[in-house]
Amino acid sequence: MGVDNPLGDNIITTSLDLLVNWSRKSSIWPMTFGLACCAIEMMATGASHNDLDRFGIIFRASPRQSDCIIIAGTVTKKMLPVIKTVYEQMPEPKWVIAMGACACSGGIFDTYSVVQGIDEALPVDVYIPGCPPRPEALLFGLMKLQDKIMKERNSFGAAIGLGERYIPEAA
Amino acid sequence: MATTETMTLNMGPQHPSTHGVLRLVLELDGEVIVKVTPHIGFLHRGVEKLSEHRTYHQILPLTDRLDYLAPMSNNLGYILAVEKLMAVEVPERAETIRIIMAELTRLESHLVWIACHALDIGAMTVFIYAFRERETVMEIYELISGARMTSNFFRVGGLSQDVPDEFVKKVSDFIDVMPGYLDQYEGLLTTNPIWLKRTVGNGVISAEDAIDIGLTGPALRGSGVDWDLRRDVTYAGYDKYQFKVPVGEKCDTFDRYKVRLVEMREACKIVRQGLDRLKPGPVLADSPQVCYPPKESVYNSIEGLIHHFKIASEGFPAPEGEVYQGIEAPKGELGYYIVSEGGNKPERLRIRPPSFVNLQAISQMSVGSMIADLVAVIGTLDIVLGEIDR
Amino acid sequence: MAENNRAVRKLKEKFAASILDVAEFRGEVTVTVAKGSILEILSFLKQSLQYNQLTDLTAVDYLGKKAERFMVVYQLLSIPNKDRLRIKTAVSESVCSIPTATQVWATANWLEREVFDLFGITFDGHPDLRRILMTDDWVGHPLRKDYPLQGPDREPYKGRLS
Repeated sequence: MGVDNPLGDNIITTSLDLLVNWSRKSSIWPMTFGLACCAIEMMATGASHNDLDRFGIIFRASPRQSDCIIIAGTVTKKMLPVIKTVYEQMPEPKWVIAMGACACSGGIFDTYSVVQGIDEALPVDVYIPGCPPRPEALLFGLMKLQDKIMKERNSFGAAIGLGERYIPEAA
Repeated sequence: MATTETMTLNMGPQHPSTHGVLRLVLELDGEVIVKVTPHIGFLHRGVEKLSEHRTYHQILPLTDRLDYLAPMSNNLGYILAVEKLMAVEVPERAETIRIIMAELTRLESHLVWIACHALDIGAMTVFIYAFRERETVMEIYELISGARMTSNFFRVGGLSQDVPDEFVKKVSDFIDVMPGYLDQYEGLLTTNPIWLKRTVGNGVISAEDAIDIGLTGPALRGSGVDWDLRRDVTYAGYDKYQFKVPVGEKCDTFDRYKVRLVEMREACKIVRQGLDRLKPGPVLADSPQVCYPPKESVYNSIEGLIHHFKIASEGFPAPEGEVYQGIEAPKGELGYYIVSEGGNKPERLRIRPPSFVNLQAISQMSVGSMIADLVAVIGTLDIVLGEIDR
Repeated sequence: MAENNRAVRKLKEKFAASILDVAEFRGEVTVTVAKGSILEILSFLKQSLQYNQLTDLTAVDYLGKKAERFMVVYQLLSIPNKDRLRIKTAVSESVCSIPTATQVWATANWLEREVFDLFGITFDGHPDLRRILMTDDWVGHPLRKDYPLQGPDREPYKGRLS
């Protein structure tokens, strides 16, 4: 049949969801936002040995340029309003990773000044256990987030006003 | 007639170069700093309060998380204070391994310092290099304790366990190559014109002011005060080791940078001496009232198991009294003040964090300079918010 | 013995009435002094006996254990003499204040703010006495013994099985 294909093999057919999700998961830009011990492991993950750049993950210093916030450390009652402000400044779509025992549940600090888990305030997508989690654990958590992003449906459509965005359950 | 007024600028607590959750409110006249007001407490976790509800052994993991860049130094300070309170003698092998690990911790802490300090000033390469070497120290940590950062390896009376056989080779190999890496950093920074422009003459504080404001550690030595707790008020067996104490002259950021680099080289030498002194022997004191039993006896005998259970659940009763133990942690004098009223928990555990006191000097060191220089001052103070806020 | 300590001898000569107790434990000398003359004693120690650095300033809460509830503790260090000394003074709950030591050592500024924040002891004459670790609107002083560990508004976690 005589349909010409002037572009050769340089064309793929896919769904819009798949294309949008693929591009989002391949360029997660988290915020440089260290709170405590876990932040050092987050830095170690970004540095030479583990090298986050190969996943397209580049730390950004401004919330307005990032789409993922890694809560790396203990959240205190004094810090919580700041975290909320930072989160609100991030543009949609945005994801939250709770890194370490403190961010997941308060950890060993069951005290008057510590928020017992960031999920009291923000919708958490991935929980990473550990005190602090190893860089490999953070990498695994980020890959779990990538899996989750791939399962999203109609996020592009929702952005232009067509229907609702479907977000799968927390990983 | 034109009038000028100062501008107030908020910096932090979410800022890439405040080394954690530090908030500074700056009053600026153009780009010149008129006033700095630090706001801290964004990482206040209540460690001192929590310690009053824990037995002496149970407090140890909390100390790891104070200065999380130097966990072993925190452990060391705390157990030395408890050992002083309980009057426990530590076996020689344990003492030697403690010093080796404390000095490796100093190296590690200074590696993170040079990485972040250089990154803040704009030298990205050093960050990547220093974290490469830090990874080796983390592997040594993992080898002996199973954890990369929060090691919790020391125990009251000695160590949690003996080090594995490959420990000596691994440390020795690292110490052999480390001075070469230090040369590499120096090659990148010491004669680099940008580095010199940013650090020479920046953050000057005189010796008298430094003592008065309570600076300790490299920040004090950078101001020309020849004072090192390891040498002058010796502890943990440091009197058996030979090392130089570097002292700065010009009291500025560049001198503090040089002091820390020499300290890293000296740390390598102390570790080498420690490895030479390492002889087989027990790693836990023989005082069953206070110490955990060896693991073999816990696994193989009912008496050992009961003993372990008793120490783990009840702890040990301490005599009435109060002790203060200060050590030369990588960032300065880290002190633990324990008040015991008898019983298995301290009445009060006060942690004297070096960064908390050092941070007070930020106003004196940065007023009158440009806003960009403030970032260099934060870097040279080498603060860790975990121990500032506790 | 503690009585032979150089600083203790000098202090006893000069402030005989204000020295309430001298104790030595594990080689550390602690001098308990009356609150009224704390500033003169601290300045004397700095000016005449070369205790040039205030290592630490903190407080201890002896709720129900001592007549006067709080004990303010000064850890002094003499860099020229390589010597440490601990000065303590009792502060009662009813008159919960003590003169500031900021004129003697600049270090005292933040350390006193911390004691004010966590224990609620006011330091008279302090240049900038505000809360330092807790938020400005925080109610209560967390390191007091009658302040619950988990805070007043939360039940402590009792474990999954209870």
